[in-house]
Amino acid sequence: MVGFLRRPRWSPYVVGIGIGVLSWATFYFMGKALGTSTSFVGAAGSAVCTIAPEHVAENAYYVKEYGAKGGGFKPIFDWQMALDISLVLGAFLAAVLGRTFRAESVPTLWAERFGPSVGKRYAAAFVGGFILIFGARMAGGCTSGHGISGGLQLAVSSWTFFVSMFVSGVVAAAVLFGFGARGAGKGVSHV
Amino acid sequence: MFEQFFADPRTVLLGTITGLVFGFLLQKGGVTRYNVIVNQFRFRDFTVLKTMLTAIVVGAVGVYAMLQFGMIKGLSVKSAELAMNAGGGLVFGVGMVLLGYCPGTALAAVGQGSRDAAVGILGALVGAAVYAEAYPWLARVVEPVWKFGKVTFADVTYVSPWWFIAGLAAFAIGLFVVLEKRERRGAVV
Repeated sequence: MVGFLRRPRWSPYVVGIGIGVLSWATFYFMGKALGTSTSFVGAAGSAVCTIAPEHVAENAYYVKEYGAKGGGFKPIFDWQMALDISLVLGAFLAAVLGRTFRAESVPTLWAERFGPSVGKRYAAAFVGGFILIFGARMAGGCTSGHGISGGLQLAVSSWTFFVSMFVSGVVAAAVLFGFGARGAGKGVSHV
Repeated sequence: MFEQFFADPRTVLLGTITGLVFGFLLQKGGVTRYNVIVNQFRFRDFTVLKTMLTAIVVGAVGVYAMLQFGMIKGLSVKSAELAMNAGGGLVFGVGMVLLGYCPGTALAAVGQGSRDAAVGILGALVGAAVYAEAYPWLARVVEPVWKFGKVTFADVTYVSPWWFIAGLAAFAIGLFVVLEKRERRGAVV
């Protein structure tokens, strides 16, 4: 058991089964589906709220996601916020046990294509994160809420999202890294 | 927004346990690595697709079985607003390749030491705030387009969900067999 936990990498099928079974548990014990991106709205809203509380109270989106039935807001630090924060810790434990923890600012594939500049990588990551959440909130979910949870429920919304994000990602990757075998990077996947 | 900031302890505890397990699995699966995620979109590494399809099939069997036996009250389906779902997906794909992580894997990647993922999360928080400002316009113009509500493929086709699950499982297994064969040959897919 401990030996298995110490392995640097698990088979994607083992991990997939694990996530599938985890989703049974969230449905059965918590009446909830795995998801991660709504809490970004809660966190952003809380930050804006410290400066302009009236503005947040009047915004249709914060009310849609967090509005309580009798007025006011539901707790921001809810099931999903706790999940999001402990995702960091769960991955940290896995990385330490598997000895795969390493501080890294520029992933190797990025460096091969765009050079070792940390500033350039951070700028792209910031803009990428911005676009990512804008898209997720527009679609109503992300890779976990739509992709896995919605996918397993056979939701029309989720499969629409899944297909469109995959097509878009393939085109974006081709534009950024070049097409076919001539594209940059050996495609080595580091542990 | 701070009337009651924390949910009840049980909810927070269950969320914490779920996140610990989820984060552990994602990191062990390697899907918290930039290279693995970007190479999926370049068809050079199928770890992401293998993981997701397995999770979807296994999850579907259990969740629909529990529904059938009355062990859970209902599903938790997100509303089909196809212009928003598809448009959001197109935007999301670009962000996912540029950042190299999705929201959940970015959080998990921070735990393994990926600093660029933390920067991406900052960008994501700003993106969420900007989205809240854009929402009233999107809700008026885009959201009503092809809006069908919280429906599944079983609902809209009047076909048993088990047919879809069986089809999905067959597709996944077929794809996995082909992928494993090719990878054993060492071919770049």
